[in-house]
Amino acid sequence: MLPTPDLSHLKQADYNHVYEPSEDTFLFLDAFEDDQKYLETLKPAISLEIGSGSGCVTAFVGKILGESSCLKLCTDINPRAARATVATVRQNKLTADVVETSLVEGLLPRLKGKIDLMYFNPPYVLTPSEDVGSRTIEASWAGGIDGREVIDQFLPFVKDLLSPKGAFYLVVIEENKPEEICNILHQDGFDSAKIRTRAAGRERLHILKFTRRTAPEDKH
Amino acid sequence: MLQCHVKGCNANNFPLELQEVVLEEQEAELNEDFLRNMLGKLEYEALVATCLKLNIQDLPPTIPEDAAYNDDFLQKLHHALLETHVITGKMVCPNCQHTYVIRDGIPNMLLAEHEV
Repeated sequence: MLPTPDLSHLKQADYNHVYEPSEDTFLFLDAFEDDQKYLETLKPAISLEIGSGSGCVTAFVGKILGESSCLKLCTDINPRAARATVATVRQNKLTADVVETSLVEGLLPRLKGKIDLMYFNPPYVLTPSEDVGSRTIEASWAGGIDGREVIDQFLPFVKDLLSPKGAFYLVVIEENKPEEICNILHQDGFDSAKIRTRAAGRERLHILKFTRRTAPEDKH
Repeated sequence: MLQCHVKGCNANNFPLELQEVVLEEQEAELNEDFLRNMLGKLEYEALVATCLKLNIQDLPPTIPEDAAYNDDFLQKLHHALLETHVITGKMVCPNCQHTYVIRDGIPNMLLAEHEV
């Protein structure tokens, strides 16, 4: 069992502005722990977390990979979250390069095909569309119709950013229609797997994992 | 690795030019495997140009042929990539002059509504 990252530097006042790690976060950590061997073999040179919030997940992934073996990039649209991420990786004796931006704006085309490991715990909660697009803590959960508005905005970037060997992990709930998400990425050439599922209160959480479909073997 | 993404600004917009920079050096463990992994992902010319702006002059203008096993080069690359941090400053697009601000070591790439 890997320990949960040290978050003792974040206080309740911080969590008024930054999403506090919760069941979804912990399920995400469990999925990465399950995949520890895979990640060690993958040996990502560059990782990217979208919406890193408190920084808990990147600190955990950083512990798995080892501080010096991977350039860890994070983005968050909420300036307080971006700073919380920096503080958390530092608290856990790690480093990460954090960018204040919406999803991955400003990272393309330079990082095209260069990300070996990408992960996103998106705003998946079903809300009115008007709630989407804030730069405050609301951005951590407000997902619009079917909780899919931000997810769907991001999906087209997966094929652009991931390296040939890259893997993408995504948190969703049942209401986001995971099969539909898998189908969308399938059309971009990705295989999908549901690697963890957990019921937490009213939410039925899933962790999806996507990798590039290997070309069918040439039989000739 | 960041590029201007103002609408309609699509040429000559990389690398962003650092200005009024405050640097911080932080010692980091050197990992040769990682650096070798990064060699294929770097835009080396842009890195050298940016380093020169910051008065880091020890990187050669092109990647040496034996880069992967050139200890001296890897050490310099390590220092530029992983031990040099921009704490505050500005990144200015060489094409449209849009300025992105770096504060607390975090570049802000967000645009105003009319720029998207």
